[in-house]
Amino acid sequence: MALAKARVSMPAQARKGEIIEIKTLIRHRMETGYRVDSVGRNIPRYIVTRLSVTYAGDEIFQMDFTQGVSANPYVAFPARAAESGDLVFTWEDSEGEVTTVRKTLTVTD
Amino acid sequence: MFRAVLLVSLVMATGVASADPLPSGTAFQSENLKTQQADEAANPGMLWVSEGAELWGRRAGGAEKSCASCHNDASASMKGVATRYPKVDSGSGKLLNLEGRINLCRSEHQKTAAFEYESDELLALTAFVARQSAGMPIHAAIDGPAKPFYEKGRALFHQRQGQLNLSCAQCHVDNAGKSLRGDTISHGLGNGYPAYRLEWQTLGSLHRRLKSCSFGVRAVRFGYGSPEYLALELYLAARAKGVAVETPAIRP
Repeated sequence: MALAKARVSMPAQARKGEIIEIKTLIRHRMETGYRVDSVGRNIPRYIVTRLSVTYAGDEIFQMDFTQGVSANPYVAFPARAAESGDLVFTWEDSEGEVTTVRKTLTVTD
Repeated sequence: MFRAVLLVSLVMATGVASADPLPSGTAFQSENLKTQQADEAANPGMLWVSEGAELWGRRAGGAEKSCASCHNDASASMKGVATRYPKVDSGSGKLLNLEGRINLCRSEHQKTAAFEYESDELLALTAFVARQSAGMPIHAAIDGPAKPFYEKGRALFHQRQGQLNLSCAQCHVDNAGKSLRGDTISHGLGNGYPAYRLEWQTLGSLHRRLKSCSFGVRAVRFGYGSPEYLALELYLAARAKGVAVETPAIRP
């Protein structure tokens, strides 16, 4: 899908050592696999399985999802600004689809 | 004294508050949901608004035009538009809500197929357009060409319907603010739609919400974009006069 599936909100700039809050949203059905359709057939599980975030090449956050997480999951976490660099957010779902968002953080002294 | 009683009964007869706007459905939500709704970074409805922003600039159809080709920057051209809908289209004389207006633009100006009602694309564009009016008070016209639609909507709102034999007003006027099982009954304003409903786990249109209400009282569910729901939407907008647009709101 060419359209934006995910949103990442974080400051574009921070002072060295400052704690910033990063908020992420991704559009996903998060089908549990426990439901049946109108004729009783099982609706297969279809969920985001993992979110990993790298900052200047190093992984700083990683989370495994389960079928207990609601649709369109919102994940927020803090991070410490160390150096200027890119944050790369990668979601992977149970069908192997990967969604990536890249944000740049500029760190000032 | 007699005059005061008459005035009160007149206000009750029209069903539209004369002075203070009614409280938005947000007033009945938990603090957590209010916070989440207000935070664009946390409100899942914003996923559709972002998609709508992309669709706004995308060329489509035989005319190879995007919304932006005619309307330019939505933050200027669409500001306040949602507060005036639903509105009678001067060309056709039909009552149009935002969804209807977007689809009319697609067929007339972009020369392409209408979006299916309740499709992610139509929800996204509607939410994006409505978002440009966030915080602005609703003031849909109910006079002139809109009057017959308003009257029809008002009649529907007060008409007992379905196996439970309930009208909209019996819940949303007589018992607003009270509990219906675990939920608080709202005043039935459409100011947050398209809204993200937790029950749906997705963004949905006002007409989807109205269908749920019809189902709830075991009444006939009218179609998406049907004349009945459009007229009702106008009446709800009249009830919501002065209430701020909150699209995309979060509702339980």
